Amino acid sequence: MSRPREHPRAVVPYRYSLGDKLYLPLLVGLWVTLKHFVRNLWTRGSQVTIQYPEQRRDYSHRYRGQHILTSRPDGSLRCVACFLCATACPADCIRIEAGEQPDVNIEKYPVVYEIDLLRCVFCGYCVDACPEEAIIMSNNYDMAFFDREQSIVAIEDLQRPFVLDPSRLGYRPSYPEEEAKRAEIRQGLFDLVEEAKHRQGGSGSGARAASV
Amino acid sequence: MPTVTATPPLLERYPEGSILPQEGLDQPAWVVRREILEDLARDLRDHPETRFDLLLDLCGVDFPERSERFEAVYHLFSVTRKERLRLKVPVSEAEPVLPSLVDVWKGANWFEREAFDLFGLRFEGHPNLRRILTHEGFQGHPLRKDYDPARRWVLTEDKVYRPRPQQPVEEEDEDLFERMTINIGPSHPAMHGTLRVVATLDGETIDASEVEIGYLHRCFEKMSETHTWQQVIPYTDRLNYCSSFINNVAYCRTVEQMLGIEAPPRAVWARTILSEFSRIMDHCVCNGSVLVDAGALTNFWYLFQPREEIYGLLEACSGARLTVAYGRIGGLAADLPPDFEDRCRRLLETIPPFLDDVDALVAHNRIFLDRSVGVAAISGEEAVNWGWTGPCLRASGVGYDVRKAYPYDLYDTVEWEMPVFQGGDVYDRYRVRMAEARQSLAIIRQLLDSGMPEGPVMVEDPHVALPSKEAAYTQMESMIYHFKLIMDGIQVPAGECYSMVEGANGELGFYIVSDGSGKPYRVKVRPPCFPIFSTFSRLIRGGTVSDAIVTLGGLNVIAGELDR
Repeated sequence: MSRPREHPRAVVPYRYSLGDKLYLPLLVGLWVTLKHFVRNLWTRGSQVTIQYPEQRRDYSHRYRGQHILTSRPDGSLRCVACFLCATACPADCIRIEAGEQPDVNIEKYPVVYEIDLLRCVFCGYCVDACPEEAIIMSNNYDMAFFDREQSIVAIEDLQRPFVLDPSRLGYRPSYPEEEAKRAEIRQGLFDLVEEAKHRQGGSGSGARAASV
Repeated sequence: MPTVTATPPLLERYPEGSILPQEGLDQPAWVVRREILEDLARDLRDHPETRFDLLLDLCGVDFPERSERFEAVYHLFSVTRKERLRLKVPVSEAEPVLPSLVDVWKGANWFEREAFDLFGLRFEGHPNLRRILTHEGFQGHPLRKDYDPARRWVLTEDKVYRPRPQQPVEEEDEDLFERMTINIGPSHPAMHGTLRVVATLDGETIDASEVEIGYLHRCFEKMSETHTWQQVIPYTDRLNYCSSFINNVAYCRTVEQMLGIEAPPRAVWARTILSEFSRIMDHCVCNGSVLVDAGALTNFWYLFQPREEIYGLLEACSGARLTVAYGRIGGLAADLPPDFEDRCRRLLETIPPFLDDVDALVAHNRIFLDRSVGVAAISGEEAVNWGWTGPCLRASGVGYDVRKAYPYDLYDTVEWEMPVFQGGDVYDRYRVRMAEARQSLAIIRQLLDSGMPEGPVMVEDPHVALPSKEAAYTQMESMIYHFKLIMDGIQVPAGECYSMVEGANGELGFYIVSDGSGKPYRVKVRPPCFPIFSTFSRLIRGGTVSDAIVTLGGLNVIAGELDR
């Protein structure tokens, strides 16, 4: 049986036009580069490079950077050592050891909470899993180490005070009504620290106090 | 999805019971005895009523409790008739031998090596059956169910396979002075990641070459089996990392099909737009690398700028630039940012000038034309036989695009053209990608004009989607669902499914088998660049080393997807 032949068996390569043969389109190319050269030379802000680290790219308020363990107003960790973040983690980078809390409403707290930043894939699943908003992410992407031991960060590196610096926050649970506000905060139009202080005094639910 | 339901007359030629048709969720499947496999494959390829000219994928599945423990699963596709068929060939553990189909579909070569490597299936008649993804010193077959995922090997240099590209038959004595074998890669900036080619040169011409891959193998498929369904998504990001969002969509769509759910309209709309932006990004990276490999560095910079801007959009949506992990089974991880539409429209204005600049620089530039026209040309028929899909196939004159043939998401609601060129060479691969990037912009523009659908971005099924944080904090029922979903994961009904999307370099398929538990039983990616790169030795034969470098750039081989 002969093989059905529907697909082209031969190739038809591009045919050079006369202009192509005479290298004429090179002049168009020269015009393009010249245009860019002149524009970059004379127009401020048309350059696309940035002077890192003095100048940094502005990331959104969802940026998934280094983790933050949030605190209660009294300074203790919000974490109740429920292990949901460690379970949800696809990279197995979270290690928790639980201890008993005297407060019966809380029951547990983490004695050890370590994240191996070299294993972490910064997917944000721990933030999604946390039922206490105890772990959120910052927009910090400077995480260079001198040796591997330093890549394992513990509570003292992760814990941040109750009032968080809003300009450093990244991925955290999203509430539709807060989305627009967060975008404003990113642009520096909102005095967020004041807001957090206000909430600390007034809010009774507590669950969302750290979620500014 | 269209399927082959009628039994073609050729079936009558085979003994009773050697072919058992099965109904599939996605496409029909035949359980085939291995004795007839080779004849059947040839018939399926050549018979005018079947014409399965493209072998999409071949993989093994391990069922330790069955008497015939392994199953080799072939996914066939007829480009001419737009039909699909799955062949399942059971083999026993004592004699895991199948006939090699390299003579029927050349693309089977690497797929068979992969099944040998990962499952220990042996293919009789295969020209070079040895490990492909794992190291030569690796012992055992990692995707078998009794292989412990936590097992570690110390792999040493002395076990490394030393490729010896076959010498051409005739070898005259005076040529010996000029013939030499060189290593290109794996650590070489022109080899785009971790690819290695060992080439025998006669002067500057490549006589023979052998390709080594697997340097970036990280057992994606085994890792998937030890994670919950939702946890696999960050792993899919790392397949084709130039357009990671498309991988998310491909995986999520497959699992959604198995669950029988559909993402809400807003999520589908966003998926389509972000997939197209990812495609533009991928094409820009590929064309940028082709041009920088050809010595046109300026274009690399011009083409990487759109990518930078698209990364900004993806970051605003997902929180990460490269590994977005933005898709979720049932929708998206988070709602779109408030300024999503504005940002998209800004991108639609900023991207075309860069594409125009690059076209003005090189599209008719004789220096580039001389480097690319006619280089590594392959005809459409041969490309199909090698298992090619995507822009590279369309550059060879075969118009197959999943978005046209099987419109998914919103592709049937927009007007766009599928660019097809006839040259089959590096230059036409460049042209196809440039044209496709412009078509993607047209698709995005129409979707933006049609308006953003309102509503949620996740299905409202508590067995699939995590409850909102507010609900989880305030309602006991939601809290229980939250814990159940994190601890046990989504429960996907038992079954199998193959589903595909048009990835940036071809048909990106996921073949998933579920046993009804909270973790995938088997996840097989159909990586589009795997069969394409298996052709590489054939493409560069007779060319120069510099041609080989430009060819590699034009194929858009992404090591993350190739090696998995």
